[in-house]
Amino acid sequence: MAARESTESRLAFWATALPPLLWVAVFFLIPLGVIWAYSFGENLGLTGVSISGTFANYARAFEPLYLQIFAKSVFVAGVTTLLCLIIGFPVALAIVFASERWRPWLLLLVMLPFWTNLLIRTYALIAVLRTEGYVNYGLAWIWESASWLKTLVGLEPLAPYEPLQLLYNNFAVVFGLVYVHLPFMVLPLYAALDRLDRSLMEASLDLGAGHLRTLFSIVVPLALPGIISGVIITFVPALGAYLTPDLLGGPDSQMIANVIERQFKKANDWPFGAALSFLLMYATFIAIALRAYLSRGKAADAHGI
Amino acid sequence: MNDASPAPPKSAVKPIISFRNIVKKFGSMVAVDNVSLDIEPGEFFALLGPSGCGKTTLLRMLAGLEVPTEGEILIDGQDMRTIPANKRPVNMVFQSYAVFPHMSVADNVAYGLKIDRVPEPERKTRVQEALDLVQLGHLAARMPDQLSGGQRQRVALARALVKRPKVLLLDEPLSALDAKLREAMRFELSQLQQKVGITFIMVTHDQDEALAIASRIAVMNKGSIAQLGTPSDLYEFPASRFVADFIGSVNMFEGTLVRDEPDEAVVDCPELAPHAVHLPHAVPGKVNTPVWVAIRPEKITLHKDSGTPPTPAECPAGHNIAKGVIREISYLGDTSIFHIDTGKGNLIRVSRPNRSRWDQDSFDWKEQVWVSWAGSSPVVLLS
Repeated sequence: MAARESTESRLAFWATALPPLLWVAVFFLIPLGVIWAYSFGENLGLTGVSISGTFANYARAFEPLYLQIFAKSVFVAGVTTLLCLIIGFPVALAIVFASERWRPWLLLLVMLPFWTNLLIRTYALIAVLRTEGYVNYGLAWIWESASWLKTLVGLEPLAPYEPLQLLYNNFAVVFGLVYVHLPFMVLPLYAALDRLDRSLMEASLDLGAGHLRTLFSIVVPLALPGIISGVIITFVPALGAYLTPDLLGGPDSQMIANVIERQFKKANDWPFGAALSFLLMYATFIAIALRAYLSRGKAADAHGI
Repeated sequence: MNDASPAPPKSAVKPIISFRNIVKKFGSMVAVDNVSLDIEPGEFFALLGPSGCGKTTLLRMLAGLEVPTEGEILIDGQDMRTIPANKRPVNMVFQSYAVFPHMSVADNVAYGLKIDRVPEPERKTRVQEALDLVQLGHLAARMPDQLSGGQRQRVALARALVKRPKVLLLDEPLSALDAKLREAMRFELSQLQQKVGITFIMVTHDQDEALAIASRIAVMNKGSIAQLGTPSDLYEFPASRFVADFIGSVNMFEGTLVRDEPDEAVVDCPELAPHAVHLPHAVPGKVNTPVWVAIRPEKITLHKDSGTPPTPAECPAGHNIAKGVIREISYLGDTSIFHIDTGKGNLIRVSRPNRSRWDQDSFDWKEQVWVSWAGSSPVVLLS
């Protein structure tokens, strides 16, 4: 009886697990394996690739030109992550301390952009930032009002407004990346801060600490696992960002994903593109391993209680 | 507020804490409803009441963690309206202890002193003194997750006391401990209070705890103070049915006041008829109006049925007695609780100490018995 039941349950297990496993194998693992193999190959003519086991593609990736772009990607992703943390922490804190009635709506506002296509959101940003965009309209209005006010009191009017060049530069890329990745930062921070025992903050106040001191001595150290999670979860996709630098960036704002895209398309150099892809993936793995290492001590602490 | 309790002694001592007409509303909910209260220096004061009675809100307003909607709070004569929590001369032991989990025991205790910029050598001495005071001197380097619940509570105590506050606030200090430890900590808390000599204010829902530790208790109900007094005041002279019922257990009989003279009062209770309740003194209330008679279970005596009814002290024959059948006996070791069915409504609770090792066998289930009580035992209540 028990044996039959276990056979049945095993059958049910495989019946439900097999289709998704096949899906993952056919559409993810196998293509990934192909790309991995390509990264040790050479171009043959226009379309052919021979997998010769060469490390030349990896060696080429470490040429100064590509290292520079990689370093720049790390820098841009790092600045993005830092800005997300600086903006996201107060936002998460505000949501945690908002009243019960408001909290779900505020969380919804944070998550809402997830439900819109990235491409559409990026085009919307272009409409905001371009020379005839809303930011420049707003600034022009303020400029002209100020100019008019000056003439009212009998002063020389200001020079005509020069629209700010907000688009197609590194500023636009970082701006776009921060906008897109902010929810990735806010949500883990919110989860960590929400778990925090309020009485710990009250105890800090009670013992004479001000709000800032409480924030840095109590809240930040205790929310550290959430902060690390947020940083990694933001940094990893920002490092591999492709669409944002492509649409918002200028000629010097390329990131590593744009180079990879070019290898597969315009340059038609699949083996080199594959090698770059895998290097990016390894860098991501290192970041995730780092998080596991950093949060290992915390997890042990949590089990100790 | 009902003022039937004896007024607190009006001494020349300036109160360390004054609540004046405090009202606290959360939205439309009134948590504290016009409370005025003075607490004297050196008292071990307890705010006692069921959950939601406003006692914790009152304590949190004192600490500055809540702001009163109306009224003022004075600490040592100083108005606290504009003083934030981190500048008040009081410190709190939280219900969850709120020991900082990322700091060692010593760092937890030193936290408040570092904020006050107490110089290093003095800080070290004071931390060690505070830890010794709560017998944790040997655990200074431990992290909180290596401590038991009782030890964590001592850290919270040391951390608050090291600041030398004018008043120490304790929010349900013993509720998270197991029963045996709780008994021990009750004793330790009162010892500690005598040693450091500062005012302690404790919030609790546990009447035993309040009676055992506090020198004075305010019983709270629905945001107001139901009665204020010493533990024995509250137990022996409750001012209302709520207080009589909340503190200890009690037999409550509804009745009519039929006679009220300076040296004699009589209440007719349908549940005790044909016998009446007789008291050898005047009582509050008007003749021919409904009143309640409250009698504590340990003040009722159990008698074997020998044919003649017993005659209790301080009352004429035929009063303060009832006849019934034992419905239930709860043997608690030191005492036994008897539930007597008079056949007219509620069971009468009688508690009887087991003075000898065979006492519990002297009465049996379903046995016919008489109960009686002295004339001075009942309390007549109007509300």
